[in-house]
Amino acid sequence: MSDFFTMSILVATVASGIRLATPYLLAGLGETVGQRSGVLNLGVDGVMQLSAFFAYWTVLETDNLILGSFVGVGVGLVMGVIYAVITVVLQAQQGISGIGIFLFGLGFSDLMFRRQVGTPKPANQLPDVPIPLLSDIPVIGEALFEHSWLTYLAFAMVPLLAFMLRKTTFGMNIRAVGENPQAADSLGVSVGWTRTYAILIGNAMAGLAGAALVLELGIFQPNLTAGLGFIAVALVYFGAWRPAGVMSGALLYGLVAAVVLQWKAQGIIPRSASDIAAMAPAVLTIIALVVLAGRVQAPSALTRPFSRH
Amino acid sequence: MKRLLGASIPLLAALIAFLFGAVMLLAIGASPWEGLKALLDGAFGSADRLAATAIKATPLVLVGAGITIAFRTSVVNIGGEGQIVAGALLSTSVALAVPDLPAIILVPVVLVAGLIGGAIVGAIPGALKAYASVNEILSTIMLNIVMVQLMNYLLRGPLIDPLEVEAGTRIPQTERLSDNATLPNIVPGVRLHLGVLIAVLAAIAVYVLLWRTPTGFRLRAVGHSPDAAKAAGINVKRNITTALALSGSLGGLAGAILVFGSEGQRMVTDGSSAGFTGSAGFNGIVAALFGGLHPLWTIPSSFLFGALLTGATNLQRVLQVPAPIAIAINGIVVIFVVSSGRLREKIDRMLEARAEFDDTPSTPETPAVVEGAQS
Repeated sequence: MSDFFTMSILVATVASGIRLATPYLLAGLGETVGQRSGVLNLGVDGVMQLSAFFAYWTVLETDNLILGSFVGVGVGLVMGVIYAVITVVLQAQQGISGIGIFLFGLGFSDLMFRRQVGTPKPANQLPDVPIPLLSDIPVIGEALFEHSWLTYLAFAMVPLLAFMLRKTTFGMNIRAVGENPQAADSLGVSVGWTRTYAILIGNAMAGLAGAALVLELGIFQPNLTAGLGFIAVALVYFGAWRPAGVMSGALLYGLVAAVVLQWKAQGIIPRSASDIAAMAPAVLTIIALVVLAGRVQAPSALTRPFSRH
Repeated sequence: MKRLLGASIPLLAALIAFLFGAVMLLAIGASPWEGLKALLDGAFGSADRLAATAIKATPLVLVGAGITIAFRTSVVNIGGEGQIVAGALLSTSVALAVPDLPAIILVPVVLVAGLIGGAIVGAIPGALKAYASVNEILSTIMLNIVMVQLMNYLLRGPLIDPLEVEAGTRIPQTERLSDNATLPNIVPGVRLHLGVLIAVLAAIAVYVLLWRTPTGFRLRAVGHSPDAAKAAGINVKRNITTALALSGSLGGLAGAILVFGSEGQRMVTDGSSAGFTGSAGFNGIVAALFGGLHPLWTIPSSFLFGALLTGATNLQRVLQVPAPIAIAINGIVVIFVVSSGRLREKIDRMLEARAEFDDTPSTPETPAVVEGAQS
């Protein structure tokens, strides 16, 4: 009985870890595509807050979760167009302009929430969709195959993006403009457009990440992300700019968060220590950055605007 | 012509940001004209409101001047939030430990504690960048998250007001701190405390440091070209650490001033860093950029953004427009100011054909970090 109990807690913790990893994974994968093209987007957190609000508001008004998810992606695309103008056309410094995007997203989502919704109201949540047959497998079925479709999508994106980056012409162009834009340009690859597409993919995924975050919770509050988007940026370094690496990082973060939640619920750690435990992702990131610094190679042209002269 | 254009770029950026603000007001069904009136009235309408604006500007001046040191050394400091919190926590702890010192000693002591707290949290990402090649943008942001949680832990646990525990309400705040640590008022009859003066003096000190001392020369040399600085025998790693420590110390001082200049005379958390700092760690970046990364220009620039913040509070009161609109406008200002370097270049090129030869630089020289040449 006690074995069964521990096992069911373990399964529930792993399942919750995978669920919590989803927004990290979506945002981190999107950031990976952008950074491989040489563009750092520090505004992910702001984009996520904006898309989370608009996705939440849509679902609150229409009860349509699919529409809400699309609205999240749409908000991401709009912010992507803006970010492409800032970094590709106007060639602004990427770190600081990302902070501008972050502040705008933080302020505007807060403004809209207070004005249009006021007090947090629960909206529909993403339902779990058990995969037939697979979810019947004992133990791992429940942990791995009873999630929302956004979670499946996030994990499905890992091999898709890896394939895209490695094998397709578009993916090779992205890597080329991120490593050596001058050479890519001389071979006739449009650096500006390639980076623009990469930014759009990245922001669309950040938008979806915001939607996934809020629709999983079913409720919005100002500063909902609490730095999640920034950690997603760090995950790209953690994962050495590879989708599979980003996935391992996201899973690690999700599982750590799930374990902390579980411990808190069971009273293994006192309530007051949960604030200390909440530092785990940030501390883990700093440690990872120290360990990985110099061992992984960033795209050579990362944060460098390109111009022909 | 070029010179005029260079100086007007930040103003143009502010104007565009305000136009966006007007669009936001229209979008939520408020009148931009009424909005502007409420904003100006809230920020400048009376002596008390003017003082409130100056108080709001105080942490921005400090963080902004600190940001200037970092950026002039080509180091990005996005850790203002964490540094403010660190300074506040250390100075609060000191005030709790030695509450009975006379004011003439305790006030300087808590301010120095703030400086030290911020310097420690600034020096960590500095040293990590210098000695372990850790990207300081990421590490400063991560330390922001760490410091918020530390604040929440300390204010809910070890530093909580014993009365809150007794009453069972457990509001995460310290007890009322010693009156001897309170920053004295400098203008009779108006709530304007010593912190405002300290911030202005600190910004002037940063100017002197950067342009009139050997330390400042070394920092700027590293910012200009680390390789050349190294060739000239300057210890680049140590200077990077110093830059972030100094930058952080001013954030920490802002944190101490926030606590000991507050009406409640205690440190409170609502669980977020913005709840305590009012996002001054980020808004200080906005003020510094808007001031062309010059410590003295940071003073009027911070006053402007302080006005926006106090004005927005009034906007909320009068027109029920939520105050976070100020944060959104700040974001737009940042975007336009950092985009405008290139914008200016483009406009310059357009004007080139008819402009007379003019070799005076149009703005104070901007370090590479803002122009996008950062590696």
